[in-house]
Amino acid sequence: MTAAHSGQTLDAGADPGGGRAGRASARIELSGVTRRFTSPTGKVFTALRDVNFTVEPGQFCAVVGPTGCGKSTTLGMVAGLDRPSAGSVRVGGAEVDGITEGVSFMFQQDALLPWKTVLANVALGPVFRGVGKKQAQASARDWLGRVGLRGFEDHHPHQLSGGMRKRVAMAAALINEPSILLMDEPFGALDVQTKAIMSNELLGLWEELKPSVLFITHDLEEAVALSDRVVVMTSGPGTIKGVYDIDLPRPRGAVQEIRFEPRFLELHHQIWESLKDEVQRAYADTGGTSGTAGVEGASGSSGSSGRSKPAGER
Amino acid sequence: MAITSQSKERQMQTPDQIRSALQSEIAADEATVTARALRQARKRKLQVNAGRALLGVLVVGGWQLFAQWKIIDPFFFGQPSGIVRQLVDWFQHGTSFGSIWSQIGVTMEEALLGFVYGVLGGVVLGVLLGQVRFLADVIGPYIKIVNAVPRIVLGSIFFVWLGLGTPAKVLLASVLVFFVVFFNAFQGVREVDRVFVNNARVLGASRLQITRHVVLPSALTWITASLHVAFGFAVIGAIVGEFLGAQQGLGLVISDAQNHFNPNGVFAAMVIIAVIALTAESGISFLEKKLLAWRPPSSTEVAGI
Ligand SMILES: Nc1ncnc2c1ncn2[C@@H]1O[C@H](COP(=O)(O)OP(=O)(O)OP(=O)(O)O)[C@@H](O)[C@H]1O
Ligand SMILES: [Mg+2]
Repeated sequence: MTAAHSGQTLDAGADPGGGRAGRASARIELSGVTRRFTSPTGKVFTALRDVNFTVEPGQFCAVVGPTGCGKSTTLGMVAGLDRPSAGSVRVGGAEVDGITEGVSFMFQQDALLPWKTVLANVALGPVFRGVGKKQAQASARDWLGRVGLRGFEDHHPHQLSGGMRKRVAMAAALINEPSILLMDEPFGALDVQTKAIMSNELLGLWEELKPSVLFITHDLEEAVALSDRVVVMTSGPGTIKGVYDIDLPRPRGAVQEIRFEPRFLELHHQIWESLKDEVQRAYADTGGTSGTAGVEGASGSSGSSGRSKPAGER
Repeated sequence: MAITSQSKERQMQTPDQIRSALQSEIAADEATVTARALRQARKRKLQVNAGRALLGVLVVGGWQLFAQWKIIDPFFFGQPSGIVRQLVDWFQHGTSFGSIWSQIGVTMEEALLGFVYGVLGGVVLGVLLGQVRFLADVIGPYIKIVNAVPRIVLGSIFFVWLGLGTPAKVLLASVLVFFVVFFNAFQGVREVDRVFVNNARVLGASRLQITRHVVLPSALTWITASLHVAFGFAVIGAIVGEFLGAQQGLGLVISDAQNHFNPNGVFAAMVIIAVIALTAESGISFLEKKLLAWRPPSSTEVAGI
């Protein structure tokens, strides 16, 4: 393997947001956020408790944490789809009330409309915002080209592969040129190679538009490789366990190669130490007897296997 | 197949040549598979059609012969030949209420109007109640109450209100249609995937846009499924309405035949209604195909290849 250690000065990259703090409207602040759910039987369940963290404008922030710790719930509240039971979610200094302005959301589940063609799906954003149909389609065509799907305009989602659908979803999310991009395990179901390609595509597009990104993933390697900041959450009820600034220089270049940098390994190890306990606890809580074997295995070879999910998980 | 010689050849070729050779091989394979599938499909279709024809001949022929041999009494059960004679008579000389075409026309008009109004009402109200929780909670129980009333009884009230003309029958037919479509539309709206709605909301859709781009298309599977049954109900509404009292229409023709102990007349009218219903059914199937063209082909269709 070519350990691309090119002697960069690693302390130079500690400028999250790439110095473009101009779009203050894209700052995300969660303070004291708690979210409780009431089950139909009247039992109250606390999914999130006292969550505090900030995403600076233009920053790429990854959120990692064991399954069921409330990551998707957090994202929903930033988008304005859901309200905290206590605490405040602020975007650009204003309390979130209704759908947040300038936000795009890539959902964990498939959200492409099966009855619309790929082109019509991507064009939805502009169409909803009142752009003329012709113009919306032209820009959708353009975005499909950017994610490498030219020629698939007239296909329906069920005719595409899983990876292609994710790319369509990415184009559909980016076409509105969001100032905030929320991504919920966007590449979770993809194979390693496709994931690497799409991560690189995402980084390229992010550097072009510089939105603030909140990126949920189970893959710690992916989190470290892509982001400026990694937020580690505890198992349920979810709280913030730690926030790690990733001082790897930008542009990162190929995601597959950066993971051999010593600083990368150092950060990965540091965060993994923090995450490991939570993953084990969550696994034990949800009925797994002892997650230790699988989890330890994943931690040992941080260079090859980045799946920080316990083996028995969903 | 001389596989070894082929692979030896391949070693001499550039990757591009290999790929193009492979591609033509694959194309040839696909062509044979397609041809075979087509042949099989055609053969199956032939067998099915032959089976159908045979069954029809058996039933109709058996009926004809049994009636002729007096095993069943043609006075009560009619006879295919009698039915055909009756049909010919109607189409040549008309019924006692005017030409058969005008009877068909009257009934069709009532059924179609009832169908259209019922479907419109069912879809609009179903989609509305499906989306607005408050309305559903308030109106829901009343809809259930009305639904529990035997709807044919409603026909009597409609006659009191509207008299013996077309409107009463249209209303009866549309009420029958309404409930079928309403419950399907309502359920269809309730089943819409939350993720689709949330996605549209984040993309900036208004309530109306969500209804148009997400809710309606999603509920359309349910709604179109109900249309098949609904048209049947529309015809029932029209005919029953004519039974209850009318000056024209197929229902009147049937009740007239019944009063004259003419089973052939009843059966003949049934044949006409069946033809109408089948025509409408194929029209609805066509519409369904058009509306739901986006759906992945069902497993049976794929299995054909
Ligand atoms: N609408 C809801 N009603 C009740 N409980 C909910 C609801 N949504 C989420 N929860 C609960 O809140 C917790 C957090 O859910 P969430 O989907 O945010 O987890 P997550 O961190 O995204 O998990 P994963 O990584 O598996 O996607 C879970 O225990 C879940 O059962
Ligand atoms: Mg989730």
